[in-house]
Amino acid sequence: MLSEKTAVTQSENYWRKHLMLDPRPVREMNQMILTAMTTVNKRYWITVTTLTLFVTIGLIGAWGYQIFNGMGVAGIRRPVYWGVYITNFVFWIGISHSGTFVSAILRVFKAEFRRPITRASELMTTFALTVAGLYPLIHLGRTWRFYWMIPYPNQRQLWPNFHSPLMWDMLAIFTYLIGSTLYLYLPLIPDFAMARDRTTGWRHRIYRILALGWRGSESEWHHLKQAITIFAFAIIPVMFSVHTIVAWDFGMTMVPGWHSSIFGPYFVVGAIFSGVSAVATVLIILRKTMQLDYFLREEHFDAIGKLVLVFSFAWTYFFFADYLTEWYGGEAVGKELLTLQARGPIAPLWYIMLITNILVPWLTLWNRKIRTSPKALLVITLGVNIGMYIERYIIVAGFLTRNRLPFDWGAYTPSIVEILISIGSLSTFLLLYVLASRLIPLIPVWEVHEGQISHTLRRVGQALLPSVSELE
Amino acid sequence: MSKYEHHWTMIVDLDKCTGCQACVIACQAENNIPVVGEDEIRKGRGMQWLRIERYWEGEYPNIRARFIPLMCQQCENAPCEPVCPVFATYHSEVDGINVQVYNRCIGTRYCANNCPYIARMFNWFDPQFPEPLNEQLNPDVTVRQRGIMEKCTFCIQRIRRARETAEAEGRSIRDGEVQPACGQACPTNAIIFGDLNDPNSQVSRLAANRRGFRLLEELGTEPAVIYLKGGESNVI
Repeated sequence: MLSEKTAVTQSENYWRKHLMLDPRPVREMNQMILTAMTTVNKRYWITVTTLTLFVTIGLIGAWGYQIFNGMGVAGIRRPVYWGVYITNFVFWIGISHSGTFVSAILRVFKAEFRRPITRASELMTTFALTVAGLYPLIHLGRTWRFYWMIPYPNQRQLWPNFHSPLMWDMLAIFTYLIGSTLYLYLPLIPDFAMARDRTTGWRHRIYRILALGWRGSESEWHHLKQAITIFAFAIIPVMFSVHTIVAWDFGMTMVPGWHSSIFGPYFVVGAIFSGVSAVATVLIILRKTMQLDYFLREEHFDAIGKLVLVFSFAWTYFFFADYLTEWYGGEAVGKELLTLQARGPIAPLWYIMLITNILVPWLTLWNRKIRTSPKALLVITLGVNIGMYIERYIIVAGFLTRNRLPFDWGAYTPSIVEILISIGSLSTFLLLYVLASRLIPLIPVWEVHEGQISHTLRRVGQALLPSVSELE
Repeated sequence: MSKYEHHWTMIVDLDKCTGCQACVIACQAENNIPVVGEDEIRKGRGMQWLRIERYWEGEYPNIRARFIPLMCQQCENAPCEPVCPVFATYHSEVDGINVQVYNRCIGTRYCANNCPYIARMFNWFDPQFPEPLNEQLNPDVTVRQRGIMEKCTFCIQRIRRARETAEAEGRSIRDGEVQPACGQACPTNAIIFGDLNDPNSQVSRLAANRRGFRLLEELGTEPAVIYLKGGESNVI
């Protein structure tokens, strides 16, 4: 007697909590996505205009000014030859790890909560890489000669130096950009076809081209699935290589504080830490601004919150290992670096980093209530990215102020040009994302649908249990 | 005997050095090093290829000043060379020194970060030679553009000129024939320059001196600059 009632309450609980157990007709889901994509209000255009303005000031105005006058307009100086530009570069490469990690690794391990969030994070990867790719150009003394790094046949038979980590870096970033863009595009094809069939006018024309004539036949699905699986596996080692090589730009040198064998994995973990946090930030904002409450639920924030906590543990472990090694090494200059962080001019930043990256996640994210509260998670994940930015700033600009010859120690403060370019590049990322949010289906409807088909509630005795079947 | 045709080496006798900075000025004049002005100097953007590093030791009144002229050490295992993505800096097989190709440099500044001697200077702006400095530009030396790296070359233009003269006269370069601007200007002859491959050269004899040491020797960069220091003589 009681069992029937309990069962109903149980299943209602499941619906409310789990997207996979709360199926709706595909038509309805398609409509939700299309509505979200085509709804633009005044606030949207104000955002677009403001961002365009910042991009123009930062990337055309400030960068142009720097190219025509010389690197001197930036705050960098001897011995701090790399400053905010390289910090930004490492930061954006880190953000770009979100997509592949959340999407590819979770896809490979068949984590079901990934289904509605893959697209949003893959999009971040591509745009963050685009922005990151600007920085090696921005930071070049002679930007107009950047193509000398490309191995092209030329009359003087000059070849780039493949011993240089910067060359490895360039190759890795290009590979990753191409790979992640294809990986973003493949699962988009059925969604483009969906949009093609339900739109008219210019949208229809664009989606018709992008959908590549997708009809949804058995063989098309088979090939697509196979391609996605291949890419999901292949992109993971590429992702690891990219940030490892970025770390090697530092690790391969003999600069005190940089020359460390731990830098490769340390940077990879840091990148995933900041990337996953950025995914949470973006999802919270998307859900709020695009009314995606049906697709993005507490369970997703709960899962991402757990990931952020796990990567906070992992990052802390690497940070501690690196710190302790420097401390016990006892080299004079190494000691100086530790003093610089604990009591020097960058000490406030260092303590903020410890608070946002370790203290706050550890004290809050173990709690389910906090993990599932969008507001709290937004603050925590933004904090993590501020902390991760500081980490890179300390490593790049902080450590360079000290070296083995105290006479040549220096100080560094970013100049207005560096700040404007940084704001410009952040705005570029945001602008690309804001524009894409109205052009690209941000939730992979077919993936959600596929998940919903494979999930059922089964009665076992008096209990209702969710079960998943393999569709492949 | 090294693998190079010449192994140019500099000896800096710290026991003779008075810290007068004549070498710094001579270097600046010889190599068309731009004058950057007070503000830039204050920012740490002075471009002297050669500088006198001064360290204070102790507390007043028992205070001592120590100083050392420091320039590119022309390392045998130069950390700046492998990191350049475009081969703008490489090791000369003729002279055994570290060469900077201005026209090839794209300005990543990676080499400068990796130099443990902080010996590399960057052209933050296009060079300025206000009147009358433009009248004394050295025609043997390129004026560098903004955005590229430069550093002490061991006065490569003088080495080249000596080699061409010697070739024209059908002989090898004589010891003491090449003298960099800093050595020429030094009033106490603290800077000696020559070919380490020649066992009878002045540098070869001085290099064997037991007062000799190389800067940051523990890094294994094998500098071609050898400092000599015996006692407390260069302390004021």
